[in-house]
Parts: sequence; C-alpha cells; structure tokens
Amino acid sequence: MEILAVFSPLFAFMVAGIFGKSIGDRGCQFVTCAGVILAALTSILLFFDVGFGGHAYAKEIAPWIISGDFNVSWALRIDQLAVVMMCVINIVSACVHVYSVGYMSHDEAKGRFMAYLSLFTFAMLMLVTADNLLQLFFGWEGVGLASYLLIGFWNHKFSANAAAQKAFVVNRVGDFGLALGIMAIFVVFGSISFDTIFEQVADKTEVTFTFFGHHVHALTVICLLLFMGAVGKSAQLGLHTWLPDAMEGPTPVSALIHAATMVTAGVFLVARMSPLFEFAPTALMVVTLFGATTAFVAATIGLTQFDIKRVIAYSTMSQLGYMFFALGVSAYGAAMFHLVTHAFFKALLFLGAGSVIHAMSDEQDMRKMGGIWRKIPFTYGLMWIGSLALAGIPPLAGFYSKDIVLEAAWADHSWFGNYAYWMGIAAAFMTAFYSWRLLIMTFHGKPRADHHTMEHVHESPPIMLAPLLVLAAGALLAGAVFYQPFVGSPKAGGSAHGEAVTETAHAEKPVAHAEKPQDKAHNQTPATKIKALSADISAEMTEALETVKEMDAEIAQGTDRHIFWGKSLKILPENDTVEAAHHVPKWVKFLPLVVGTLGIALAYLAYLLSPGVPGRIARMFKPLHILFFNKWFFDELYGQLIVRNARTLGKAFWSIGDQGIIDRFGPNGSATTAGKIAKALSRFQSGLVYQYAFVMMIVAIAMVSWFFFKSGLRDLG
Amino acid sequence: MLDFPLLSIMTFLPLVGGLIILAIRGEDEEIVAQNSKHMALYTSLFTLAFGLYMFTRFDPSVSDFQFVEESGWLKGLGLRYHLGIDGISMFFVLLSAFLTPVCILASWDSIQNRVKEYMIAFLALETFMIGTFCALDTILFYVFFEGLLIPMFLIIGIWGGARRVYSAYKFFLYTLLGSVLMLLAILWMAMNVGTDMTEIPMQAAIPVDIQKWLWLAFFASFAVKMPMWPVHTWLPDAHVEAPTAGSIILAGVLLKMGGYGFLRFSLPMFPEASAYFAPMVFTLSVIAIIYTSLVALVQEDMKKLIAYSSVAHMGFVTLGIFTATVHGVGGAIFQMLSHGLISGALFLCVGVVYDRLHTREISRYGGIVKNMPRYATVFMILMLGAVGLPGTSGFVGEFLVLLGAFQTNMIIAALAATGLILGATYMLMLYRRVIFGPPVNTDAITMPDLNPRELGLLVPIVLLVIWLGVFPGVIMDKISLSVESLVSNYEDRTIQGPHQPKDTLEENKENDQKMDAAQ
Repeated sequence: MEILAVFSPLFAFMVAGIFGKSIGDRGCQFVTCAGVILAALTSILLFFDVGFGGHAYAKEIAPWIISGDFNVSWALRIDQLAVVMMCVINIVSACVHVYSVGYMSHDEAKGRFMAYLSLFTFAMLMLVTADNLLQLFFGWEGVGLASYLLIGFWNHKFSANAAAQKAFVVNRVGDFGLALGIMAIFVVFGSISFDTIFEQVADKTEVTFTFFGHHVHALTVICLLLFMGAVGKSAQLGLHTWLPDAMEGPTPVSALIHAATMVTAGVFLVARMSPLFEFAPTALMVVTLFGATTAFVAATIGLTQFDIKRVIAYSTMSQLGYMFFALGVSAYGAAMFHLVTHAFFKALLFLGAGSVIHAMSDEQDMRKMGGIWRKIPFTYGLMWIGSLALAGIPPLAGFYSKDIVLEAAWADHSWFGNYAYWMGIAAAFMTAFYSWRLLIMTFHGKPRADHHTMEHVHESPPIMLAPLLVLAAGALLAGAVFYQPFVGSPKAGGSAHGEAVTETAHAEKPVAHAEKPQDKAHNQTPATKIKALSADISAEMTEALETVKEMDAEIAQGTDRHIFWGKSLKILPENDTVEAAHHVPKWVKFLPLVVGTLGIALAYLAYLLSPGVPGRIARMFKPLHILFFNKWFFDELYGQLIVRNARTLGKAFWSIGDQGIIDRFGPNGSATTAGKIAKALSRFQSGLVYQYAFVMMIVAIAMVSWFFFKSGLRDLG
Repeated sequence: MLDFPLLSIMTFLPLVGGLIILAIRGEDEEIVAQNSKHMALYTSLFTLAFGLYMFTRFDPSVSDFQFVEESGWLKGLGLRYHLGIDGISMFFVLLSAFLTPVCILASWDSIQNRVKEYMIAFLALETFMIGTFCALDTILFYVFFEGLLIPMFLIIGIWGGARRVYSAYKFFLYTLLGSVLMLLAILWMAMNVGTDMTEIPMQAAIPVDIQKWLWLAFFASFAVKMPMWPVHTWLPDAHVEAPTAGSIILAGVLLKMGGYGFLRFSLPMFPEASAYFAPMVFTLSVIAIIYTSLVALVQEDMKKLIAYSSVAHMGFVTLGIFTATVHGVGGAIFQMLSHGLISGALFLCVGVVYDRLHTREISRYGGIVKNMPRYATVFMILMLGAVGLPGTSGFVGEFLVLLGAFQTNMIIAALAATGLILGATYMLMLYRRVIFGPPVNTDAITMPDLNPRELGLLVPIVLLVIWLGVFPGVIMDKISLSVESLVSNYEDRTIQGPHQPKDTLEENKENDQKMDAAQ
C-alpha cells in the first residue's frame, strides 16, 4: 500500500521520461495522471488507517549508506504526520496534473512537463515518508531539483533560467544548514534515524558543542541549523528571494510546488523534529520571530505588487510565516492544520489565477486586466472562495486554521508570542486587503486590456475547472472537518466551536454532491474520476468525523488531537499552547475576523468606489511605498553584497592568485629559463620528452648505484 | 586463491596489445589506423573483462591483500616484484580498466593523425595505471607511478590543442618536482625499513621527526597529483590542451593517484606525521574548495571550469583522508571513484560539443536543448552528480567526507560545506549557459544530437552514477574492511604515540645524516 502511494509517481515519471517519445503526449498525460491519482487514493486509505486507526509503522526497503557506525536505510515511515502530508501532496498533485493537461495544451513539451510534475511528487513523498534525516534530505534536494526543472521549464527564456538557478542556489544555502544539522545530530546521537534520535533527546539536553572556546547548547545549535534549511525551502525572510522569481514557471507549478507542497517542507521538518525543538526554547523563539516577521514583511510587499502571481506568491510567503510562528510557540498541530487548509485554498487561488492568465492570453499584469468577471464567472466564483478562505472568513477553511494559529501565539504568553500575534493580526488585515485588491483589479472595473485580448477572454475548459472544484471543496471544508482531529476540542467538553464545526460540515456536504451532475457532460475526462473522488472524500471524512466524535464521547476528558497525532508530534505539557488557545479571551478570537472584514471593506473602498485613493496613499507614504514595492530591497542587497563580491573574488583569485602569483613564480619563471635552453633543440615538444627521459634515466642510475653502494656496504659490514 | 596471475595479466595485457599495434604496418594509413583502433579497443575490453572477474572474485571479508603475486625481480638489488590489491585499490584498478575503453571509443573519430601511436600511448597508460594501483613494493610503485607520466605527457604534447607545449611543460615541471622528493624518500625507506608496502606499516619503526620529513617528501608528490592548492595550476592548462580522452584519464584516474598515495603511504606508514600535518592539510583543502570554486565561477572555457571544479572536489578528498575517520576515508575513496566517473563523463560531454563546433567557449553555445535533447538529459544528470545531489554517486562521498570532518572539527566542516553552495552555483551556470537560453548561436543550434557511439559511452556512466548513488553498498561493502583496518591501525599508532627504542632512533638519525651527506 505505502509502496503504491509513494512509488507510483516515480514509475509514472520513468515511463513518461524514458518512453515519452513512443507513447506520445496523450500517453504521458494518462500515465502520470493515473499514477498520481492512484497514489492519492492509496494515501487517503492510509490516512484513515493511520490517522484514525492509529496504526503508525515504518517499513524498511533497502540499505542505503553503511559506513562503520553510520547506517542509513531506504525506509518509509508511515505515521500521522506523514499521512497528512501524503494526502495533501497527492490530492493537490492529482488536481494539478489533471489541470495541466488543459493548461499546457498549447505547449510543445507536454510529456516532459508531466514527467517533471510526477518526479516532483515522488521526491516530495520521499521527503515526508522518510524514516531518517538523510532520506529526508534526499527528498529535500529532490524537490529542489524538480522545482529547478519546472521553474526553468520554458528554457528558452532567460528570466526563467535565471529564476530556476536562483531558486536552486538559494535553497542550497538552506540545505547547507540542514546538512550540517544532520551531521551534528549524528555526532550527538550516533544515529540519524528518527526513532533512535527521539528516544535519546531527554538525555542529551546537557550536551554542548565547543566553538572557539565557547560552550553552546548542542540541541539549540542543531535546531537552528535544521531551521536554516527550513528557512531556505519555505522562503522565510532572508532566503525568500527565490520564491517570487519562481513565478516564472508555468502556473500549475506555482500552485503545486510554490504554494501547496514544497514550500511547506520546512514546516513539516520542524514539526517532524518537534521532539528536538521542544528542548531548545531559544531555537523556538528564533522560529517564532522569523515566522512573524516574514508574515508581516511579505504582506506589506503583497500590497504593492501588480503581477497577479507575485501577489499570491507573497501571500504564500506570508502564510508560511504564520505556520512558522505557530511552530515556534509549540502549536505544531495548528501549524500542520494551517498547512493543510492553506494547501487547498492557495492551490485554488493559483490555479484560478492560471485560469485568468489563460483567459487573458498569458497576461499577468493586473493593471492590464479588469472587467472580466462576467466573461469567466466560474473562475471568478472559485477565486472568491479561495480569497475568502485566505482572508479567514467563516466558515471557510482559513478561518479555522488562522484563528487557532493566532490564538496559540497569544496564548503562549511570551514576548515573542505576543509579537507574533500582533504581526499576525497586521498581516491578516493586509492579507484581506490585497486579496480583494487582486479580485477587484482582475475582475472588476473597466477593461484595461486591449480590444483583441478582451475578445479572446473565455472560460477555461472543464478539465481545468474540475480540479478547481476539488480544491474549492477542500478550501470550503478542510477547516471545519479537520479542526476537531488536528487541534481538537478543549478539555472542558464540546465547545461552541466544536458544534459549529459539525454543523458546517454537514451543511457543506450536499454542496459537494450537488456539483456532481454538472460534470456529467464531460464524462470522458479524468476529471470525472477526481470529481467522484472528491465527493467520496468529503463523504468519508464526514463519516470519519463522526467516528472521532464517538471516540471523543468515549474518552470524556481526552483531547482527540492527542489521539490523532499520536507520537508523531511531541509537545511538552508546559508548552501546550493549542490547549491554552481554547481558553483565550473573546477579543483575541474575534480580532482576526474583524481586521479581515475591515481589510475587505477598505479594499472595496479604495479600488472600486474611489479608485484615486490608492495612488494618493502611495504618494503620501512615498518612502514606505518604495520600500514595499521594491520588496524591501533584498535582491539589490544580495546582488551587491554577495553575487558581485563572489565574482570579483573569483576573478581576483584567478588572475592575481593563479596567474599572477602561483604561475609567475612557479612554473612560468622556470619555464622561461628552461625555454631558452630548449630552443637549442630543433623540436621543442620532443625536446621535453627527451628531458623527461633524461631525468628518469639519471634517477634510475642514481637509484641503482645507490643500491649497489648500499648493499656493498652491508656485505662488508 | 587463483591459479593464474590475474593482476599481472591485467597490468601487462594492455602493454602487449600496444606492442602488437606497434607491429601493425601497411601502405594504407587508413587501414593501419583502423586496425590499431580495433586492436586497442579489444585489448582494453579484455582487460576490463578480467577486471570484472576480479571484482566478482574479490573477497570483502578479508582486510588483507588479495590476488598477491610475489617473486624476486632484481634479486641482487633486493628489488621484488610484488602485486596485490585490497578493498581500497581494487576499485581504482577497476576504474582504470573501465575508463580506458571509454577513452579509446571517445577518440574514435576525433583523433585523425598518428592514430597508431595514440593508441599505443593509451594502452601503455593503462598498464602504468593498473600497475600503480597493484604494486606492493615501493620501488615498483615508483616505476609505474612515474612511468605513467611519459604517455600522458606525450598525449598532451602531441595530440593537444594550441598551447599544448606550455601545458605539457607545466605538467612536467610540477610532477617532476614532486617525484624527485618522493624518490628520495623511497630510497631512504629502502635503506632503512625496506620496500615492502605491506610490511612497513606494521613495523612502526620510523621515528617521528624523520617521519615528518618523509611525509613531506611524499606529500610534495601526491599534493601535485591531487592537485591541492596552491600547486593546482597545471591542471586547468593540462585539461584545456589535452584531447578529450586525455582529459578523461587525467580527471578520472590520474588525479586519484595522489589520494591513493596518501592512503597507501602517508596514513599507514607515517601516522604520527599525518596527525601532525593534518591541520595544514585541512586548511589547504578548505582553501582549495572555496578558492577554486570561486575561480570556477568566472571561467569562460568549459574545460577550465570543470578542471577547477575537480580541484574543489579533490579538496573534499584530501579533507576526508586526513580526518582519518572511517567516514572520512571511506567517503574520500567513494568521492574519488564517483568523481572519476562524473568528471570523466563531463569531459566526454565537452568533447561531444567540441567535436561539432571546435570551441570550448561557453558563450558560443546556448539553447542547444532543442536540437540535442538527449545530450541535455545526460549532461543534466552528470551535472547533478557533480553538484552532489542525493541519489547520485556524488552525494555519498561528499556527505561522508563532511561527516568525518564534522566529527573532527566543526568549523572545518562548515567551511568545506560552503562548497556545496558554490558548486551548485558554477555548475548550474555552466549548464544554463550551454544548454538553456535563447538560441543565439545559429551554428550551435544546428548541431546533431548524440550519435549511437556517444550515447553508448555516456549512458552506462550515467546509469552507474545513479546506481551508485542509490545503492552505494556496491562499493562501500567491499572497501569497508580495508578502511576500518587502516583507520584502526592509524588510531592505535597515534593514540599510543611513538614507541621507539632509543637506539633505533639514533641509528636512524645517523642514517639520515649519511643520506644528507650523500646528497
């Protein structure tokens, strides 16, 4: 089962990659879609088995690297954390695969594109099912590679290649930290298998490393190094510059890799290593600060961008910031919850944006859009769902997860928890604002595109819309359905929250089913399968929810999130902020909703009712606007500080070091001298050979005579 | 173990083939060339077949030398003919036997003049390479080790590019410098501790201060071969001017001789000195990694870029070896083998486009993914191997080396690990500029894709790179015992410290003075 869930995308990749020419584009599309859908189905089954049945297990496949006491295997670890990720990855990936069949229909390398998507899916699955850190690293770099290939998919474009390279290299900076972290773990724990590490953590809290005579807490160092990897992969402040540029890739790629899955790998890593982070409070503080600051900074940049995909990209970065500060305050369950809901609504937004771009003849600049909502009502509606979920409006998914994240931050009662809460509130306001700015600029107002483009505006084909429906169902339901198991009810029995949840879930159920008949018209497409699947999922999930409710009833005082996550997350009792989050004051709970609504209202005011306002505000706060618009000048800073200096240094080493010093005083100096002698010889090149032979001969003679001399001495002596 | 001298056959079969080619005569140049090519190919393939046989018969549960052959050579001089392999050398023998047919096939069309001599040179080269890795007698080792330079020198000097004379000279000068010092050290050892490479490490008879001198003498030779910073400048020039096949051997096997030498001589014979000088080696290695990576970043010549990257990769090897940990040494060996395959194949890739366009200038290419998709795929996988992506053989070695380094000194490991970032930068830049981008050079975008011969050469290497990355056990299982015994011997010696009876020390000192006098 787990083999099927993980390796069928690899199989699909190999078939499409190697036999792509002979099976044709259709063949590639079929194989890859089928592979990933199969993986999605099996991972859903695993989800129920492991998530609700509690049957976590690990399975060894083959030995990998064995060197002395360093022993690493290829192994799959199927526990709660893994199955949640597997479901997200495979479901979103299946949607994106199907969507790509439509989206890339005009491209000439469809087969290659599909193959890369499957490769990515496989690498990501390896990452989340890894049983040891090295296999995680394999997946980690593997997704980096797939991301590189897909960002640079349109490889005739210079900008796409540059972006791809930047993504890979910046990620490598993070990987550098991760690799060192893995080594440090090996040095401290003598193993890099999760179980062995986690068993020993409590005994290793006193271990220190020595740097230049200073003793530093080993676990903190390890966690910070691991977090460095997370910062790179999840585009947190400092190593985020690749993410906006990554939008050069085709839109399905942005949805799958740069919104739903790959960028959340960092969150997964920290959650996976929660048993370590729990014992490194300083590292947790750093995580919180990074997350909170990223959430804020990214949101400010998102306010000012005009490229529709970049706005969503900055929003992704900002939402990842939320997840990180949730991790930082030990609310791992909340972070994973937000990860899941975010995957659905952000993939929906991206694919919706793709649909818009498709309709607008590949235009991405929102200044050249507007007034198209009547022409593509379906896309428009789906974008609304995505935006509502993003802005955290009940009862959509984002509301539940964002709330619990913010509440947990507040409930941490530390200065950085508070900082995170207020940064999060500010970001929530901006999120709502730029989301509606995006909606309004794209769909409303006067058409700003040229006549020709406007005539071409058309709704996307069903094969692109069907996956959007699946994602929309996720964006609508995921929050309500998973609230209970992921961050579940407080100790004091069913709260108002919990009840509301169940109601919503039931209310939405008919909607998911109601979508079904629309689809009958295009029965032939794989979309139908997905549709049916989505209906099944929602039905099953509601059932599952009921099961959980029952279990909850049985264990009157138990919190079902503990049952759900089992041993896959570790939270020290004193750090249990998710628990505390259920008991925060009312205003803490409602503030995110209030600022969200306010943001939406302001966006309407500024962009629809009196369109002159934004310009005036921008002029009023000119320095701020410049700062935001230029993305806080990170790219410029790095360009000046690192890229240029590295090249200058390289040139200097080469021309001054190698040629100026080493060669000049080394071989060239003697070459000149020797050259003069060699000129006497008629042919220089053979002259050298003679020289060499000559030297060899002399040496041989010297050797032989020395031996004679010596043995003679010995005989005498 | 075997009733026939396998290693001698492997060593001298190529030479015999070369002699037969020498005998090929005829009126028609063309026919002579064809016959020589075929003869050389079959000879090298036979050698490879013996090599594979050796691989299957190798017993990984023994840390001792296997397939040992021993007989008096020049008995009066106390010289012995002594061959044998252990886990460490076996794969180098195999690598040499594998890369030689690759080289011969790579030169199939691109070498047009003096084909016969060229083939002889390559077969002679193979004899010397395999001999070096099999030799268990210091004098014999020296003969092979130095003899190797003659054919290599000829290959660069005769079939090389425009500046071949300068490059060949530089190559010669550097290696000569090292060799002379090494010879002196070998002679001193022959006087005092004998020439048996299997015996010397066991004796523990060399006092530390003499060890240091000997260590330095060997270091001079091996560091040049590696090449380590700052004696690396011969390599880019040699690579640039050498024909494709020359570069493959240079990068694939020749650079490994330094590492092999460290493993065979420096660590086991002079452990105390190795421990003493290890910090210096670490420093040089880290400098090599960072410095040459930065230099690679600004290269405009494909071969130069890959050559500089080789220096950086070899920095990892020296780092790993002198950590003297199981991981570091095992990783270093793995890295050498993997680098032999990857960089050899990368040079082959450069050769492919060079044959078509006759330039190595990066900016003369670009956008060739459209017309050469198969080439782009192969190049991509090799590039990823060079970058050390997990799942390719490049990762295993690098990671283990860094792990070993981390156990020894974290700062060194962290500095060396920056090579991961820099390596990705220059390799991706090379790839982007050659393969991707807008098709600006019209002649580049009309180049035909890989032909069956080229494909047949590159695909096996690519598959090996992936296979070894996923299942490195193929190598690790066979080398582990030898590595472990090497490391444990080293640790015994360095932890207990030198335990020398005083009088030997004095005697040795006297000898040393005698030697000084003799000079």
